[in-house]
Amino acid sequence: MVDVVLWASLRPFANDQETVPVEASTVGELLRKLVVAYPGLEPHIDAGVSVAVDGRIIASGLTEPINPASEVVLMQRLKGG
Amino acid sequence: MSMIHVRTTVNGDEIEFVCDPRETMLDALRDRLALTGAKEGCGTGDCGACSITLNGRLVCACLMLAAEAEGGEIGTVEGIADGENLHALQRKFLEHAALQCGVCTPGILVAAKSLLERNKNPSETEIRYWLAGNLCRCTGYDKIVRAVSDAAQELRECA
Amino acid sequence: MPLDEATHKEFKVVGTRPLRPDGVDKVTGRAMFGADMSAPGMLHAAILRSPHAHARIVGIDVSRALAASGVKAVVTRPDFAGDLKGESWNVLENVMASDRALYDGHAVAAVAATTQLAARDALKLIDVEYQPLPHVTDVDEAMRKEAPTIREGVADASVPKGMHPNVVRYHESGHGDVEKGFQEADLVLERKFRTEAAHQGYIEPHACLAQMGPDSKGELWCCTQGHFNVAKVCASLLGIDASQLRVTASEIGGGFGGKTTVFIEPVALALSRKTNRPVKIVMNRAEVFRATGPTSSSSINVKIGMTKNGRITAGEGEFRLQGGAFPGSPMEFAAMCAFAPYSLEHVRNVGWDVICNRPKQAAYRAPGSPMGAFAVESVIDELCNELGLDTIEVRLKNASREGTKASFGPKFDRIGLVETLEAAKAHPHYSASLKSGQGRGVSCGFWFNHSGETAVSLALSEDGTVSVSVGTPDIGGSRASIGLMAAEALGIDYEKVRTTIADTATLGYNDISHGSRVTYASGLATIKAASDTIDKLCSRAAEEWGIDREAVVWEEGHARPAGPNAGDFEPMSLARIASRMGRTGGPIVGHYETTPEGAGVSFATHLVDAEVDRETGATKILRYTVVQDAGKAIHPSYVEGQYQGGAAQGIGWALNEEYIYGEDGRLQNAGFLDYRIPVASDLPMIDTVIIEVPNPGHPYGVRGVGETSICPPLAAIANAVSNAAGVRLTELPMSPPRILKALDEAENG
Repeated sequence: MVDVVLWASLRPFANDQETVPVEASTVGELLRKLVVAYPGLEPHIDAGVSVAVDGRIIASGLTEPINPASEVVLMQRLKGG
Repeated sequence: MSMIHVRTTVNGDEIEFVCDPRETMLDALRDRLALTGAKEGCGTGDCGACSITLNGRLVCACLMLAAEAEGGEIGTVEGIADGENLHALQRKFLEHAALQCGVCTPGILVAAKSLLERNKNPSETEIRYWLAGNLCRCTGYDKIVRAVSDAAQELRECA
Repeated sequence: MPLDEATHKEFKVVGTRPLRPDGVDKVTGRAMFGADMSAPGMLHAAILRSPHAHARIVGIDVSRALAASGVKAVVTRPDFAGDLKGESWNVLENVMASDRALYDGHAVAAVAATTQLAARDALKLIDVEYQPLPHVTDVDEAMRKEAPTIREGVADASVPKGMHPNVVRYHESGHGDVEKGFQEADLVLERKFRTEAAHQGYIEPHACLAQMGPDSKGELWCCTQGHFNVAKVCASLLGIDASQLRVTASEIGGGFGGKTTVFIEPVALALSRKTNRPVKIVMNRAEVFRATGPTSSSSINVKIGMTKNGRITAGEGEFRLQGGAFPGSPMEFAAMCAFAPYSLEHVRNVGWDVICNRPKQAAYRAPGSPMGAFAVESVIDELCNELGLDTIEVRLKNASREGTKASFGPKFDRIGLVETLEAAKAHPHYSASLKSGQGRGVSCGFWFNHSGETAVSLALSEDGTVSVSVGTPDIGGSRASIGLMAAEALGIDYEKVRTTIADTATLGYNDISHGSRVTYASGLATIKAASDTIDKLCSRAAEEWGIDREAVVWEEGHARPAGPNAGDFEPMSLARIASRMGRTGGPIVGHYETTPEGAGVSFATHLVDAEVDRETGATKILRYTVVQDAGKAIHPSYVEGQYQGGAAQGIGWALNEEYIYGEDGRLQNAGFLDYRIPVASDLPMIDTVIIEVPNPGHPYGVRGVGETSICPPLAAIANAVSNAAGVRLTELPMSPPRILKALDEAENG
């Protein structure tokens, strides 16, 4: 299990939890299982999220590995100027 | 409204065109004469992107009526280089990376050339005040001031 | 091989300062910007805009306009797609109002005519019946219970119950227990700050030329930071297929985030579809101010605790940003960036996205971050003053480093904040003496930087020269930096490479030139496309030599046998292989498509000296030094240019620039005379120091540089002005009336 930190707008779709445990070994698996556990997250994840895994911001790599000790934070997709 | 016939000189070429009495020199240059080097940044004389010379005097083409060109001599950015040889200002702008987006560059070059025709050795302050009517949003003016100063020095040495 | 193991140390052409490839065009007036293109049979269009801040549109009668001489068509909202949702609906609603005008300048109709003057004249013949509604343009007022509701049902699920319907999104981030942290402090300060909206102020107004027939096939020329996005959004707004619309990016006369969306492009396409003729639209400056996106304005509370020896024990911020009449203000980025430079055990940020009767905000260089930094770095300066501590030492003591848990969640990878602070401390500027009436300000700043979808193609010519096609418009010299990276990777001269911005029919989808991503992402893809090319070049050499591909290496622009065992062959140059490619297997083209994973965040530290005239309230910037981590400066001149430009824009935002609304909700200063951006005589030379702490996520170590440079100036200048005036300034811009008022209040209580 890895603990995934959600940003505030996502929490209402995950029973108001800030952190949810997910059994996953890659970023893709993590996102798939999050949606299975909390279907309300699907449109937000489809709209685009970045996943910070141990400080590295993963923009699209579904095969990026995650281990149980990883620090995983979901972040809004960045917009810049 | 009937059109006005205008006979003028642009960068040394004799030119004739017709224009609406309300039409600006900037619109005439860009839309009738296909000289799009002068840019419209504001249309109110605040940004200097349309700087040209009329009888040797620096003006904003957006504040001048096209009909006022009758019998005059117009100079634009397209007339600064001598054939394939760039003017010292043009070369120094490239060497100093004094442009980023480049949209203010035509107006600034016309204005800077006008400065160097009047003052062969301008100080930093003189350059800054002369160019105060030409807005640049990209560079912070640092490299522009250096390029103008360097061009002035080269022109003095070659004179 | 992971990229971080491939970070180069030695470069041949990267880091040099060659002339930019588009330079001659731009100093001779030849370069084609948005408004410089014309087409045979072209019509000119103009847009009618609401004079009301908020009004119901009861009806639009276009019959008089259509009857006018030269007028060919009028479009209103029914001429666009009717089935949009979410952000697509927001963008369309902003492009052309439906039943309500939501701000002064909101487009309600557009007309195409044979001349520009005829189109402008025809606008006066469109009869719009408005029913004015109550309006609000201030972020704090829009949150109050009695504020008029701008639109119902906009708020998303994050907003706590009981908030005004104008509050549409909520953000929360942080860690630890801030109350516990404040108790550990020797001094806790809480201050409220306000910043006004600033416009990106690009000198080139939006312009486009559209051609579309009744077959829904289209061509569009426009000045944009992202033409692939323009194709995608316009197709959606017009209900056509994206692949049937080919968009070509013109030269772009500045964007700074303001040209990352669409305003006039769908309108020109709709008019072209209706008339079956090319249609050109060029905004005037007043339209740019009234109807395109400035930044958000903000209202911020920040509370920070510090010990006597300068340790920050806790930080807390509340960031309220209005983003015009639509959701999307960058309040979360203000919140996430504000404390990012500091390693804090206890930190908490909340953000509120608020809608107002103002134009839809657009990104402006590190959106949100400058406002957050303004508040936090001002309080840190005041704490240092109160506790008698050195401002750079305190920042060093608390600085984020590799492994620090960032205020926005994850741990930092390799970063260069400490290096910028050390360089600022050692810079002669920091120890130079000041005269009476002068003050010095310091601030740090942070921006994430972005990656995004990226596709690059690299084709060889038979003479050994190289054509690189990228899909990211060149907004500040990127064709030079891309050319340098291609030359470096291939081992050839910079002059042998030409970089072109390809149109949307030529490459795969490319994200917008935003988020300081171009030199990073298009650069990375260029280097990878060069590797792909090299692989093909080595294969050709191996075939000619009759040896295995693995026995050939690429060094200094030549294929060579890998070692003595591979055989004894003369090294074959790129030009030699290219000259024979038609007979050895056909054209050689390398390509690479990616959404890269390793965008490197970046930090800057700025130093500024200011002098305040106590009689007039005017501020003069005396000296300015930018220190920023570039990761690796590919073309140092253009990196310096980004640093200087960001500082100059920050100076304008801090001292002069603001959107001024009247009681009637109308913008009162929609022109460069009254909205005054810095001119040459306002500024000093701007000194730059490039720090290079390589980004592990880029083969050459590149971090974005375009945006971080605008994060520190607001606070650095506010600190300098406050220290010069002897009174703390907490509202931007620090225009002469505000400074005089602050001085007066300090003297007379």
